[in-house]
Amino acid sequence: MSLALQTFSSVKDANAALQAAGTRYLGGGTLVVRAANEGDVSVSRLVRVTDPGLSQIAVSGGKIRLGASVTMAAIARHPELAALAPAARAVGGPAIRNMATVGGNLFAPAPYGDFAVALLALDATVVTEDGELPIETFLAGRDTSRAVVTAVSLSMPKTESFRFLKISRVKPKGISVLSIAALMQRTADGTVTSARIALGCMADRPMRAKAAERALLGCKLTPEEIAPALAAAGEGISPITDPIASAWYRAEVLPVHLGRLLLA
Amino acid sequence: MAKVPVQFTLNGSEKAEFIESGTTLLHALRDKIGDMSPKGACHQGTCGACSVIIDGELRLSCLTLAETCNGAAIRTTAGLAEGGVLHPLQRAFLDAFATQCGFCTPGMIMAAKVLLDRTPNPSREAVVEALSGNICRCTGYEPIIQAVLTAARANSQNAA
Ligand SMILES: Cc1cc2nc3c(=O)[nH]c(=O)nc-3n(C[C@H](O)[C@H](O)[C@H](O)COP(=O)(O)OP(=O)(O)OC[C@H]3O[C@@H](n4cnc5c(N)ncnc54)[C@H](O)[C@@H]3O)c2cc1C
Ligand code: FES
Ligand code: FES
Repeated sequence: MSLALQTFSSVKDANAALQAAGTRYLGGGTLVVRAANEGDVSVSRLVRVTDPGLSQIAVSGGKIRLGASVTMAAIARHPELAALAPAARAVGGPAIRNMATVGGNLFAPAPYGDFAVALLALDATVVTEDGELPIETFLAGRDTSRAVVTAVSLSMPKTESFRFLKISRVKPKGISVLSIAALMQRTADGTVTSARIALGCMADRPMRAKAAERALLGCKLTPEEIAPALAAAGEGISPITDPIASAWYRAEVLPVHLGRLLLA
Repeated sequence: MAKVPVQFTLNGSEKAEFIESGTTLLHALRDKIGDMSPKGACHQGTCGACSVIIDGELRLSCLTLAETCNGAAIRTTAGLAEGGVLHPLQRAFLDAFATQCGFCTPGMIMAAKVLLDRTPNPSREAVVEALSGNICRCTGYEPIIQAVLTAARANSQNAA
């Protein structure tokens, strides 16, 4: 194997090293080391940062900051992150969750990226040394991004306003047929006043269901009133085809599962 | 390529090796150190046969670079028996016929061990969840689940 690892104590030095061709950042390694094991020779050098700040979780004043090296297991067991736990637990099996990082999930191609779907619905901010980007902008440009992601930050969702659903064929652990996250504000009588819905496996990376979001405004979450949102859910999607499901199947079942999530 | 030093404890004893940078822990354990208990099957994180315990957490040694384990405490199934006496999990796997070809067994036992270390008396659902990253092509899983539950009962009887 011709893979070499460089370890840095600071993000700044790692960023400089990442400019070299064939160099990639090493998070938990569940995707990059796997690619190397499979014979992917496009990566010859891995770079990692040992700064303990990257593994920190901070919750205060209604804000959450997750260091990029925080693992899915750390989120799932954190007493103050119950709202994010279902999305973190949706990733892989126990060993994968002990390794898979927040930073890596932001780069994971579909059918992976379940946690990033949740972060997209929650309108998280992605932090690098160059500054901060809304997650939607970050995801759109991630293929050419060369900087170490240091953290994501987001507002703590109210438990009743945030919902997450992952559909897989193998229980309790399986790869996504699709995943959906929805953040909705509702008035006392249940009328939706704002909605952000993110979808996984409906493109090569997490995307928003903007037409469905618009169609939900002013609705109550009843089968009749959400029907237009379900009909609009497929607008702009181009689902992936893989051994788990075809693009056709994923598109067919999306409104069914979105309906279940909204009516739950 | 220049070799790099790695140092960790394996089942309580100090190990120091020079390895090629980028070597997986699985490769280092089996081919450098000679601990054949972690098995390499898929090398993709899918089967769990290479599972080991690093600093108390279950990890896949096929996706872990050995260099990242400097200073760590690594445990493998090879270190479970004490003085020729099998660990209760090993005993239970034998008694329940939970091992057939045996290829998945060390990984299954590692996954079960981290569960029982934290949850001495797990529910059946907790056992299924704990083993969900490990594939077995032989047993149909039921004997494995039973073996873990039996080992848990044996543990709690010893403690009582
Ligand atoms: C068996 C198996 C099952 C899986 N199941 C799921 C699943 O159910 N759901 C799911 O979402 N994913 C799943 N995955 C995919 C993967 O484990 C997760 O997406 C994980 O979060 C990736 O994180 P990582 O730290 O391991 O990434 P790595 O492999 O370390 O990195 C992945 C990519 O991101 C880049 N990167 C990582 N961190 C940073 C950073 N801080 N800054 C800049 N670039 C960075 C790397 O350079 C690389 O290109 C699975 C993987 C395996 C092997
Ligand atoms: S060999 Fe590591 S998970 Fe299969
Ligand atoms: S005993 Fe053969 S794979 Fe499990």
